Amino acid sequence: MKRTRYLEIGTSGGYLLLLAMLGALVTAGAGAAWFMEHNGHYVTGMDNQVVWGMPHVFAVFLIVAASGALNVASIGSVFAKVEYKPLARLSGLLAIALLAGGLAILVLDLGRPDRLIVAMTHYNFKSIFAWNIFLYNGFFLIVAIYLWTLMDRTVAEYGKRIGLLAIVWRLVLTTGTGSIFGFLVARQAYDAAIFAPYFIVLSLAFGMATFILVMLVAFNGTRRALGDALLGRLRNLLGVFIAIALLVVATYFLTNLYAAEHQATMRMILLDGGTITATFWVGQILLGSLTPLGLIYHPLFRDSRPALATASVLVVLGGLATMYVIIIGGQSVPLVLFPGMEVSSSFFDGAFNHYAPSLPEIALGIGGSALALLLVALGVRVLPFLPDALPDAAVD
Amino acid sequence: MSEQPIDRYRRRLLGGAIATGTLTLAPGIFLHRLAEAKPDAEPVRSIVRWGLLVDTTRCASDCTACVDACRDEHGWTGHGRPRSDAQWIRKVELHDKATGREVSLPMMCQHCAEPPCVDVCPTGASFKRADGIVLVDKHICIGCRYCMMACPYKARSFIHEDLTDQKPHSPRGKGTVESCTLCVHRIDAGQQPACVEACNRDGHGALLFGDLNDRNSAIHQALAEVPTTQVRADLGLDLGVRYQGL
Amino acid sequence: MRRLLTAPLLLLLALPATAAEGRAPVPQIGPAQGEQCVAPVEFMRRNHMELILHQRDETVHRGIRTKGQSLRNCINCHAVDAAGQPVSLDDPEHFCVSCHRYAAVRPDCFQCHSGEPEPGVPGVVGTGAWSQGLAATDHREVER
Repeated sequence: MKRTRYLEIGTSGGYLLLLAMLGALVTAGAGAAWFMEHNGHYVTGMDNQVVWGMPHVFAVFLIVAASGALNVASIGSVFAKVEYKPLARLSGLLAIALLAGGLAILVLDLGRPDRLIVAMTHYNFKSIFAWNIFLYNGFFLIVAIYLWTLMDRTVAEYGKRIGLLAIVWRLVLTTGTGSIFGFLVARQAYDAAIFAPYFIVLSLAFGMATFILVMLVAFNGTRRALGDALLGRLRNLLGVFIAIALLVVATYFLTNLYAAEHQATMRMILLDGGTITATFWVGQILLGSLTPLGLIYHPLFRDSRPALATASVLVVLGGLATMYVIIIGGQSVPLVLFPGMEVSSSFFDGAFNHYAPSLPEIALGIGGSALALLLVALGVRVLPFLPDALPDAAVD
Repeated sequence: MSEQPIDRYRRRLLGGAIATGTLTLAPGIFLHRLAEAKPDAEPVRSIVRWGLLVDTTRCASDCTACVDACRDEHGWTGHGRPRSDAQWIRKVELHDKATGREVSLPMMCQHCAEPPCVDVCPTGASFKRADGIVLVDKHICIGCRYCMMACPYKARSFIHEDLTDQKPHSPRGKGTVESCTLCVHRIDAGQQPACVEACNRDGHGALLFGDLNDRNSAIHQALAEVPTTQVRADLGLDLGVRYQGL
Repeated sequence: MRRLLTAPLLLLLALPATAAEGRAPVPQIGPAQGEQCVAPVEFMRRNHMELILHQRDETVHRGIRTKGQSLRNCINCHAVDAAGQPVSLDDPEHFCVSCHRYAAVRPDCFQCHSGEPEPGVPGVVGTGAWSQGLAATDHREVER
């Protein structure tokens, strides 16, 4: 296989426009964060019933996608599939950028973001959140070192070992992210060990879809050759990942439906939940899983790049829908304190909690996503992350 | 006319009933003059475990004395935004779908011995004091609201706006999380929580506060005599708040 | 261009020299009740933030509420003017506000803590032994 040549991208009008647009979205997000912090969270749709809203939907999506985006590099380094090696640098960059964007949203949504230093110096090690602080920062460090082994030939021999550490770390990290919900014994929709593998499987799908989109935009935008063979492999992987994710979500709902204790909750999410129900069936299942599977596997769309791009976009949107159903849906369902009783109070006990996202929250979420993309765009400009050509001949 | 046997019997019954009533109530009334305040410079010790017993048979559906007292004591008066206003304690109305039976009870932080909110707090701001009171150290609370996700009783509230005119004994501020403190400032001064005091003052007597570890306390004796439940006992959290009459 | 900037730059750098001659503004610190604080003034000026940071953990986590070492006690003496009337946090003459404005250090205590003295509660001073790390044992009360 020919040695891959990496080259920074050049500046063009289109590139500057992209930077400007992303910069504007990031600025809007920062402004929204300031607005929320200055006035207090009453200006958002989050309240004492639904305490985590759109910012968390975006942030958790980005964090899950970040760990999955590293997959492509792992397949190259750890599983020694040489065809994927040229994409390892971009994969690492995307992983760091997505995680940075997600964490930025989370920190800016805190009630006291000025106390970030407190969070970095006071740890309660029974809390998965505290562990996540180490896991996320460790991820940055490990992937940075990994990128160094990929880009500096003098340390390239360590690449396999660091790559192995990176893939193990990312699996622990995603387990930690899923456990945020899995460890909540109080809530009917959470308190399930399945959340750890569920999030790992989701990360595979979200990460691959995001990576494909970034790759298509980067190669098309810079008019660099990208062969069908490599894209075909990524397309197949994406299809497999979506299918596995569907399997796990089906397992979650079917096992919950079996237990009388959880039936009312499942009914609320799957049938009576209004926005939650619509988001699940249309957003997560139809648009986020079944349609992309059709676009990937139907013979009509074989080797079609627009179909692959559409499928990836749908997976990303479906991913946001998935996070919405998990995070918002899980909080909308009332806590069951007195089984068998009808409960009411001034604090909305016993009631299904409706949530309406507010503009500042959405702006913050989009701003964080734009930050991630901005970091990638700047990264490929200043450092050689992107191969200058990947035609089929070079890959085979 | 000479005394009829039935009148003598009635007199004795009445006398016995009054004596029994007095003997039943008296320990409660006297023991409500609590243990002395802990000395200022002494740290709290786990030999004491503060708890609350709620007798729901004495809770009237339209009574909110405990809620009003807590609100006055700590100043969480609200801003006309019920969905985001803090509520440290609320009255919950239960209606049994099968039998139609109705129960009214106050719900507040249950001061668990194994609090999920303490487990999940990343900075350790949500903590359990040695004497069993679960509190938020608002100096290190970063406002992540994970404890609010974790609490099975929806005890915690997040402060969604700037606050002014806080009570000196009850600091509260924007961006942090709070919940019932079991009136820790009063307990340390030898008094009872405001809700308990208000309930007694109004003559309902539904709330009994005391040291669960003290064999001689009224609450310990009550728990030994009458059947009580912990809400969501299945979670195994060993609550400091118990309910009677559910 | 460089020559144009040099002169103003030199003047800017010379400013501290003019201040050293004693024309720097000093904070107008508001008055407080009582003859002395719980510890000597020089100690408090340098270390009050350290005391507050340490003591709050003792109070919140361990329930230690020694009167001379509580924030409420500080405010009871310091949030009043010479006539004994409460001073609001918006007033630049407030004891804490006046110095902190001068130093441009914003304490976030009053986001949560009331800056108002408790009505009818006298402030308590200590012997100054606290600054040596010992609990104040001799309390003198300040009437308001």
